[in-house]
Amino acid sequence: MADLHFLASPARFRRLSQRVLPSLAFATVLMLAFGLYLALIQSPPDYQQGDTVRIMFVHVPSAWLAMAGYGLLAALGASLLIWRHPLAALMARAAAPVGAGFCAVCLLTGALWGRPMWGAYWVWDARLTSMLLLFFLYLGHIALSRAYDEPERGDRAAAILALIGVINLPIIKFSVDWWNTLHQPASVARLGGPSIHPSILVPLLWMAATLFLLFVLLVLLRTDTEIDRRRLENAEVQS
Amino acid sequence: MTPKRKRLWLVVGSLAVLGFAATLVLTALNDNIVFFYSPTQIAEKQIPPERRFRMGGLVEAGSVKKSADGQVTSFRVTDTHKTVDVVYRGLLPDLFREGQGVVAEGSLGADGVFVAREVLAKHDENYMPPEVAKAIKEAGQWKEGK
Repeated sequence: MADLHFLASPARFRRLSQRVLPSLAFATVLMLAFGLYLALIQSPPDYQQGDTVRIMFVHVPSAWLAMAGYGLLAALGASLLIWRHPLAALMARAAAPVGAGFCAVCLLTGALWGRPMWGAYWVWDARLTSMLLLFFLYLGHIALSRAYDEPERGDRAAAILALIGVINLPIIKFSVDWWNTLHQPASVARLGGPSIHPSILVPLLWMAATLFLLFVLLVLLRTDTEIDRRRLENAEVQS
Repeated sequence: MTPKRKRLWLVVGSLAVLGFAATLVLTALNDNIVFFYSPTQIAEKQIPPERRFRMGGLVEAGSVKKSADGQVTSFRVTDTHKTVDVVYRGLLPDLFREGQGVVAEGSLGADGVFVAREVLAKHDENYMPPEVAKAIKEAGQWKEGK
């Protein structure tokens, strides 16, 4: 009967996601088209950084999603370890590479932005180093979840890593306040409101919403695939 | 206590202990995690000459001078309490400007002048179009180097 319990919730999830996915994909493409117009054509250059500031429209949302994605991994890890939620492990397997992808985009665009503005692709300050650590935590999660013959053991090991690594999230967020860094302090989520002019802030938030939809789309799609894969594996074991 | 409850408290408890341990480690390593020292910290620390470190602050307005051949730049870095004289041979990043944040790596000479081997520009968290920056400056509301 344990098998039935395992299938019940994922099957319902799959039906639901199949219904949502087409319109979600459509909305993401539309929002991305308009977001690119806002970011590349409509928004003004910065008074100091000129057109280089446009890197922000990809860099900052990627950083937010890399962090939110790891928060999601930790929440899924907790619900797997504590409540044995049958879907949590599958969704964590689906979400980890997506979050790692956004984290890599954040690090790469940051390097491309740092070279012309700061004069260096990379420095070992607290913000950059903690973000690199987040990327390695993602890689560790992906590797650990695939390190055992029984997938359930990998799921649990990865869930523990996700929970330990969650300590890094406040360190990333507050690194620019706790220590002096080359990276500038927060511009959007800060006391006293954003320090970005609306003509640059609106495209930034629009792109953040767009990439959030992309993140949700990819995670749902990959979770469906993981459900199918686990079903196939279970069928093979039984036959 | 049900097994679920037990596991919940185990996870919450482990995270609390881990968070506490991380706080202790980061507090202990505070001096190594900071990316640069301010001129005031340099005055307090008595850093010996020839020791390499990073120093950061604002480029003091009116302090930037180029040598006759244009290769050596000298300027003063301030944190509004103390200032340090800096000399640097080489190309400066585009954002290097008077009143702007800067981080220089190098060492103090015997005469107390900081000889920089690398100069990085630090920019602040403000973003706006050029017209808005101009309007704010004309209205006299501009705050340099926050």
